[in-house]
Amino acid sequence: MIEIKNISKTFQDVKVLDDISFTFYKGKTNLIIGESGSGKTVLTKCIVGLLDPDEGEISYDGRMFSSLKMKEKKEIRKELGMLFQAGALFDSLTVEENVAFPLKIFSDMSRSEMDDRVNFCLKRVNIENKNNLFPAEISGGMQKRVAIARAISMNPKYLFCDEPNSGLDPVTAIVIDELIKEITEEYNMTTVVITHDMNSVLEIGENIMFIYQGKNYWTGNKESILNTDVKEVNDFVYVSKFLRQFKEKIG
Amino acid sequence: MIAALFSKPERISAYWNRFIEEIIQLGIKSIFIVVLMSAFMGAVIVIQTATAIDSAWIPDYTVGFTVKHSIILEFSPTIISLILAGKVGSNIASELGTMRVTEQIDALEIMGINSRGFLIGPKVAGSMFIFPVIIIFSMVFGFVGGWFASYGTGLIPPEQFIEGIRSFSYENYEHIKYALIKTVVFAFLISSVSSYFGYYTKGGALEVGKNSTKAVVYSSILILLSNVLLTQLLLI
Repeated sequence: MIEIKNISKTFQDVKVLDDISFTFYKGKTNLIIGESGSGKTVLTKCIVGLLDPDEGEISYDGRMFSSLKMKEKKEIRKELGMLFQAGALFDSLTVEENVAFPLKIFSDMSRSEMDDRVNFCLKRVNIENKNNLFPAEISGGMQKRVAIARAISMNPKYLFCDEPNSGLDPVTAIVIDELIKEITEEYNMTTVVITHDMNSVLEIGENIMFIYQGKNYWTGNKESILNTDVKEVNDFVYVSKFLRQFKEKIG
Repeated sequence: MIAALFSKPERISAYWNRFIEEIIQLGIKSIFIVVLMSAFMGAVIVIQTATAIDSAWIPDYTVGFTVKHSIILEFSPTIISLILAGKVGSNIASELGTMRVTEQIDALEIMGINSRGFLIGPKVAGSMFIFPVIIIFSMVFGFVGGWFASYGTGLIPPEQFIEGIRSFSYENYEHIKYALIKTVVFAFLISSVSSYFGYYTKGGALEVGKNSTKAVVYSSILILLSNVLLTQLLLI
């Protein structure tokens, strides 16, 4: 479980995050949603320690991350896996080497154990026979899946996914969503997904925070988001003609 | 940034592998262009010097002596370092800049890896180790080019050229030491300045290009300034 309390962040007099509090639960896919520029990515970077919040507290299962020294923060970071928007695979390494990278640095596995783990992780995300290809030689969807394989290779307790569906076709996007949900349940991880894709929200949104103008504007789940009276949330959810017609139909 | 390079590595073997990779990437892959340039420059210096001091009062071996001094004192350590600032500096800055804008550096940080130590440390150490070797190659091939020029043009007898190269051997040792010290300092400047501009890139592809250019310009200026300073300190 990850708890954030009263997080604020300002960039050059612009308050990007304003007093945000929320709890991300273990074993659930927790979503941070909102329009582009609402502060989702900044909040995530604060949670994982890539940015320091101006105010507020972040705790990982009771461990106060925001007040730890860098060395102690690094220990917690070893328990994190992250899927970046563009995958962030290392260009100079093959698919196999990318997944093996954290194992080589942090584990004491033998070569054969490492190979087994890499193959297991790649198989888990449905990638086979691509071990020796470079990231530039595989599709965007495959890159995302390899990035998930790399993220889970060290058995993380916490998984962060920054817009996992961006740039993907709807079919592949659903595959990635389902994979994230399955992995979350399988490994009982605390998963945080940043998205503005309504398909993802309705597919995997078990615990949702809607950020609007840097504030935690609404919280709920994939069922309650369809019936909320909050105008800003409705404007976000029912932005497409299709969903507006859907809403009229369900009353 | 420099302090982070000396922090304890997460795994020494991984850093060692990176060090070897950087030696190959930054050093071994630069040898061809360095050898080519040095040989041609050596040849040109022989032709120019032999033409300029064409006098019965000046012995022919003076040409070899002049070429030796030009190559050891200035051409190999400074001019080749300026060329390496262009080739290696832009390589380092664009590689790190691209890693920054594609979030690969963030990915390393999230894994709990000291990204500055892991990415920049081996580049700086690798450059400081391999550049002096490259400069020795440059010196040798500068002389080889000079010999071919003396042999091919007939401006001076090749054996006179060799005699000029071999003269004043104690001084040669001191000059080579001076050249290698300069090279190590230049290697540090090129790799650290370029890494700085690459690592702290913000934005996208445009900024990667701009920062690569800045890395080359600032490295070159610093090489020229430190060249004056080191010459004053070490040679006089």
